[in-house]
Amino acid sequence: MPAFPDTHGHFGDFGGKFVAETLMPALFELEQAYKEARRDPKFHADLERYSREYVGRPTPLFFCANLTAKLGGARIYLKREDLCHTGAHKANNALGQALLAVRMKKERISAETGAGQHGVATATFSALFQRACEVFMGSVDVERQALNVFRMKLLGAKVTAVDSGTKSLKDAMSEALRDWTATVRDTYYLIGSAAGPHPYPMIVRDFQTVIGREARRQIVKHEGRLPDILIACVNGGSNAIGLMYPFIKDKNVRMIFVEAGGLGINGPSHAATLTLGTPGVLHGNRTLLLQDELGQIRDTHSIAAGLDYPGVGPELAHLRDSGRAEYAAVTDAEALEAFRLLCETEGIIPALESSHAIAYTAKLAPTLPKEQVIIINLSGRGDKDMNTVARALGVPLREGG
Amino acid sequence: MAHPKRIARKFRELRARNEAALIPFIVAGDPDLQTTRNLVLELERRGADLIELGVPFSDPMADGPANQRAIARGLKTGASIAAILAMVSELRKETDIPIILFGYFNPYMHYGCAELARDAAIAGVDGVLAVDLPPEESAPLAKPLRANGIDLIYLLAPTTPIERNRKIAARASGFLYYVSVTGVTGARTHLPDDLAEHVGALRAVTALPIGVGFGISTPEQAARVASFADAVVVGSAISALAERHGPTGDVVGAVGDLVGAMKNAMREERSAQANAGASK
Repeated sequence: MPAFPDTHGHFGDFGGKFVAETLMPALFELEQAYKEARRDPKFHADLERYSREYVGRPTPLFFCANLTAKLGGARIYLKREDLCHTGAHKANNALGQALLAVRMKKERISAETGAGQHGVATATFSALFQRACEVFMGSVDVERQALNVFRMKLLGAKVTAVDSGTKSLKDAMSEALRDWTATVRDTYYLIGSAAGPHPYPMIVRDFQTVIGREARRQIVKHEGRLPDILIACVNGGSNAIGLMYPFIKDKNVRMIFVEAGGLGINGPSHAATLTLGTPGVLHGNRTLLLQDELGQIRDTHSIAAGLDYPGVGPELAHLRDSGRAEYAAVTDAEALEAFRLLCETEGIIPALESSHAIAYTAKLAPTLPKEQVIIINLSGRGDKDMNTVARALGVPLREGG
Repeated sequence: MAHPKRIARKFRELRARNEAALIPFIVAGDPDLQTTRNLVLELERRGADLIELGVPFSDPMADGPANQRAIARGLKTGASIAAILAMVSELRKETDIPIILFGYFNPYMHYGCAELARDAAIAGVDGVLAVDLPPEESAPLAKPLRANGIDLIYLLAPTTPIERNRKIAARASGFLYYVSVTGVTGARTHLPDDLAEHVGALRAVTALPIGVGFGISTPEQAARVASFADAVVVGSAISALAERHGPTGDVVGAVGDLVGAMKNAMREERSAQANAGASK
């Protein structure tokens, strides 16, 4: 059994259940259903079969010979979550929770989404398991991730644009919680980040640890030993905790969380919660938040819609505080540069979110001895980001052009 | 400081007069704190028995659109906890009406739970409600409030099982706030048919007064709820009036008219009930 969370869903000082009373019984119901599912061999068999035959697991661990040579230091591997069906690691969690929804006989599935990857994954499994699906998305993100909005609609989901507050992931999550408050009896709320009230951070982590369990086997096969460093982008933190949790007791394996430095962490436009956040309560859990001294949540900015949230999962906040994990912030410009670097050296177009992890690796790897081994979680592919990247590079995209 | 239990006393007085309490919820600082102060005094004059003061928060997850916008307006005019407590201090020179802070936990936590309890007691606040703070997490706030004689008001929902109602009621003081609808705040054209039964079931687990809120916006709905509950909370309807009449219009008069009409309808309902009972 994992040490965290405790029975109340606390990871040290973080986590817990901070929701209106209307939702409390639903969280207990989910906790119970999940506990039963974990003990049920059929649930595990279903999860394993869909992971293999539908999501396409295991995903490869790829040695980047060109990138390693170019950076001239540590040996760099990519865990290819971008090759999952739907294009990102989000499928792992959406599959697991959708199976829970079916088990709990919920007819409707709802979700929040930032970049749209979690929305697409949720819409996909709602279609597969024949459930109604509604995805809440900030209106700013609806615009900058138009392709994913279209994908969700093709998959039969209703996409609701959220116009309140900052019109991005934070407000999408608030609106999804409001919707759940009104529909809690027949709706399964499928959270996509390792955040929210207990038991979500634990459930999302558990379904994502398939990444790290595979990576562990694969790196031992390639290198005959464990890696020295794990690197992943972090906002809610599901891809990072998914890769790193199976290594948590291997104290010699460094864990590095890379978050969105936006236009620079000395200004107001970033989402660097681990670097600059303070403890607070938002969206059902106590965690690190970007907020003012009165406890009002600040606006955030990142070129990557999936990193544009003022909080972080409670377990990641705990791993920062306990000193187990290291953290760093990478700017929009550095992420863009890394995006191009991976395209050109390895022929892989990464998501802008994952590009943050690559950018930090590009700084770190040259400083390390050649026998060191790094695994980067390539959490998603960059197809969804073509418009954003083209705009940032000043390249006009025309139809038929 | 010697702190009279104004909430309990108010419910005792009302019970003696066979009246249900009317509790308007007004967002502090919408459109500004001076208007909020004037509203409290005018609403008391028009029949309000207790006041819930909404403490603005950037992310009000349990509120519908009308209150979300009111809270955003309050936030913009700088209605911080410190400013709200200063206003309550001033109000205490003019009124003894019980005042309850109604908000989300994060601003309370940033003010400091112990500091909030101390300063709220000094200012003359009688109760505190944190929408997103269930009993499992409420100890850090509950302890200092109790030490300072302030009631922590708990919410009960239609989804709350009876055993959990009992557990929450056991640690509650002041009154229990029953959420009438499965959903966020906001006016509803229809309240649930089984509302009276739900409130009746709660009587079996508590001797505390039971208030009902969320969704109540008209004098007719207020009267119906007053026939079986000890208190009626009205919020979003007031936020909508504040929006319509804005900073230049007569917000105080418009909200006063609604509150007056609600209180009258509630009184009439209770005396009709009493007469029907007497003639049996």
